[in-house]
Amino acid sequence: MTKLNSKYADSGYIQKLILRSLLFLLLGIFAVYYLMPLFIMVTTSLKSLEEIRTGSLIDLPREVTFTAWKTAWSGACTGIQCEGLRPFFWNSVLLAVPAVFISTLIGALNGYVIAQWRFKGANLIFSLMLFGCFIPFQVVLLPMARVLGIINLAGSISGLVFVHVIYGIGFTTLFFRNYYVSIPVELVKAAKIDGANFFRIFISIFLPLSLPIIVVTVIWQFTQIWNDFLFGVSFSEAGTQPVTVALNNIVNSTTGVKEYNVDMAAAIIAALPTLLVYVVAGKYFIRGLTAGSVKG
Amino acid sequence: MSEWLEKQLPKLVLAPSFVAILIFVYGFIGWTAWVSFTKSKLLPRYDIVGLIQYDRLFVSPRWDVAFSNLFIFGFLFIVISMLLGLLLAILLDQKIRTEGIIRTIYLYPMALSLIVTGTAWKWILNPGLGLEAMIRSWGWESFSFNWLVDPNMAIYTVVIAGIWQASGFVMALFLAGLRSVDDEIIKAAQVDGIPKWRIYLSIILPSMAAIFLSAFIVLAHLSIKSFDLVIALTGGGPGYATDLPATYMYTMAFSRGDIGQAASSAMIMMAVVFAIVVPYLYSELRAKND
Amino acid sequence: MSTILEIKNLHKDFGSLNILNSINVTIEEGDFLVLVGPSGCGKSTLLNCIAGLEPITSGAITIDGRDMTTVSPKDRDIAMVFQSYALYPTMTVGQNITFGMKVRGIEKNEREEKLLKVAKQLQIESLLNRRPGQLSGGQRQRVAMGRALVRDPKLFLFDEPLSNLDAKLRVEMRTEIKKLHQNLNASMVYVTHDQIEAMTLATKIVVMKGGIVQQIGTPSEIYNRPSNLFVADFMGSPAMNLIPAKVANNGKGTKFTIARSRGEPLMLFDDNITKLPENVVLGLRPEDIGDAKLRKGDKLQISTCSVDVVEPAGADTYVLINLGGKEVTARLQAETAAQTGMEMAFTFNMDKVSYFDAQTGQRLN
Repeated sequence: MTKLNSKYADSGYIQKLILRSLLFLLLGIFAVYYLMPLFIMVTTSLKSLEEIRTGSLIDLPREVTFTAWKTAWSGACTGIQCEGLRPFFWNSVLLAVPAVFISTLIGALNGYVIAQWRFKGANLIFSLMLFGCFIPFQVVLLPMARVLGIINLAGSISGLVFVHVIYGIGFTTLFFRNYYVSIPVELVKAAKIDGANFFRIFISIFLPLSLPIIVVTVIWQFTQIWNDFLFGVSFSEAGTQPVTVALNNIVNSTTGVKEYNVDMAAAIIAALPTLLVYVVAGKYFIRGLTAGSVKG
Repeated sequence: MSEWLEKQLPKLVLAPSFVAILIFVYGFIGWTAWVSFTKSKLLPRYDIVGLIQYDRLFVSPRWDVAFSNLFIFGFLFIVISMLLGLLLAILLDQKIRTEGIIRTIYLYPMALSLIVTGTAWKWILNPGLGLEAMIRSWGWESFSFNWLVDPNMAIYTVVIAGIWQASGFVMALFLAGLRSVDDEIIKAAQVDGIPKWRIYLSIILPSMAAIFLSAFIVLAHLSIKSFDLVIALTGGGPGYATDLPATYMYTMAFSRGDIGQAASSAMIMMAVVFAIVVPYLYSELRAKND
Repeated sequence: MSTILEIKNLHKDFGSLNILNSINVTIEEGDFLVLVGPSGCGKSTLLNCIAGLEPITSGAITIDGRDMTTVSPKDRDIAMVFQSYALYPTMTVGQNITFGMKVRGIEKNEREEKLLKVAKQLQIESLLNRRPGQLSGGQRQRVAMGRALVRDPKLFLFDEPLSNLDAKLRVEMRTEIKKLHQNLNASMVYVTHDQIEAMTLATKIVVMKGGIVQQIGTPSEIYNRPSNLFVADFMGSPAMNLIPAKVANNGKGTKFTIARSRGEPLMLFDDNITKLPENVVLGLRPEDIGDAKLRKGDKLQISTCSVDVVEPAGADTYVLINLGGKEVTARLQAETAAQTGMEMAFTFNMDKVSYFDAQTGQRLN
């Protein structure tokens, strides 16, 4: 009897082992699929142009050289200008930092009002904001270009900050509203009786509670704004372009020899800040993504 | 006075955002709609002449390509991303110790700018030096993979890059859905002796209908908005073979100086989004108010 | 003694929905007023109106002689304890208790002094540096009370403060609130759906249903002389027996005929009342029906009934009999010989009986 059992156990064990191996094989193949482009970007950026022409796509560099990185950072041509990505990288920083800060602050206040100080019509306003998250931005490009001209912000970084704040409000409000709506309304009642006013309650009670959702919102907004191309390419001028626009210009510039290694180095540089955020705070990044997609 | 102010404060705080949304979302949609009914060319004109821009749009061969590309791209992008994402989620749901690392690897493309993704795939799919050259160097001399420069196939390279970018995100969404299914139901099914594949098919997946819908909405929305990817990967080319409504609109607005065409194509995009998103938002908000 | 809280003709509508209707309540200094009723009866809304957290549609609320209509919650000289405790999650216990004083700009020394006094009173000195998340339910309850006590207000408001605690703790805290009330001689308004809490704590009870006050009175008045069928049924556990009966005048007084599923109808007599309508409902508390072998008395009427169920409960034994188509509960001494299925003589204390109009449900005696 025991012999029979162990025999069954054996065959079950082997079957399980095979299935398990198959599972890991599949998972491994997909991991290679997702990693391969990054791998190729990195290796290509470290090769010389000569090696790229003669070697194969997935070969490791025979001779590691950082010239492409240097060129990408400070020498590559974006149209007529040949200063590399550096000035545009800083443009993106100057653009993203205030835009993220302002839109997060507005979202927090809006979410606080909608979730905790309900009044007639608040839900309608929330619905209108929510729908604003979904519109294809092409539909606002033309009038926005004119309005930026009228208020003298055309082609400026401040203008881009303004645009990103406006169209970020929907999402930031959604994040904070959904976070604050789970906090019992009695907290506000208790604080009112304690004598605290609207802003005091927000600053002393709700803000200290909000760290997780602030992180989620900041990461979401930063990724959105850093990675934006459409607003950047539509509303900036030669000197105020964000890094994504400059990257595209480097890659598609038709002057001179095509330097694939520089393209790849530039792409990695442009991707680095958001990749870094993802690696450091992936948990919050995913939470923002799923919160941004599962509305409600 | 201060009492009144304190009472109105919540409304006053929300008011600027409300006004901004009214003007910059709804007002602007109205402006674009208005202009789409005029003869605007380089400069906007405000005298309505009817559907002339839409007539021009529908007879334009370039718009025809852009619009059908949207459906080719949208369909393949959504279906394959969903299937791949679901497969990956189920594979990852098998109590794997290294799940955290694998998930990180699958999802990182979502953190990249579509311009970066486009640049990378443009290089990989480059017929002269990329994948094609690599496989030929392995001895398969006749291997050909020149979709990037083939007007009939170029749109599929956009699909490939798009799936690479978004499928990991669908996986994360589905994985969260799989995990949210009540553990006791699964245990009950196991006790009943129902095989694992059957549990997935008959119990877990049907209970994830809402997540499927969410994933669909997000992907559909991404595909309608996708602009960066095409610009970086193919620039809309060869010719205008990979144009999408988004790139068509941009070209008309900023290169061709044809504001009327830009506005009318934007309105068509808006209509497509509207048709998909409004029923979804409506049902979501109604469910919440009940 | 002075009037602390006076509610005059208060109405509250929410849209077209009427939440509170013609509420008139007054309490004196030192009163412990309990608002009791089923969920949705408007008791919590009324409390929120007293606190100024919700606007009223018409009527007036005065606290300590001051009209409160335009006064904001912070200036009403009140303190409130909530069902969910509503402790500020990111503040320590000490900060929770002193937050109100801090907002009002009270000196740090004075804050510390008051905090220590209250902490000592509630025996939470050792918890002052913890956060609410690290406390048990009972401890959170104490902190919430501390936050209210430190205000030393004219009026304390409690919104179902014990309903999130487990049964044992609830009884303990109930006693403590009672002690607190006696020691402070404070005025309190307390909302609960638990009629036992209402009976044990209150000096005055307001029974509410559907936004309308059903009865106001001392616990004993509410218990012994419920003003209508709703109050009779809602207050007391086990509930008052409400037995439909037919009325006949027999010259001296009134004869009540109560139908039974088996055998002859039960007859009861009351010589002290006349002029009842044809159909009434007799209200008898379980303790007013007894075992004839164990209870004697002039006024007790004796009749034989069949025992359906026997439920020993330690000190008492509850017996269910069927009268007038209803389960009737009798509370007997533990020594009773009652057995399921046996025919047994019961006493009915007609001194304590309440009569209700079968149509309107209003009390008749």
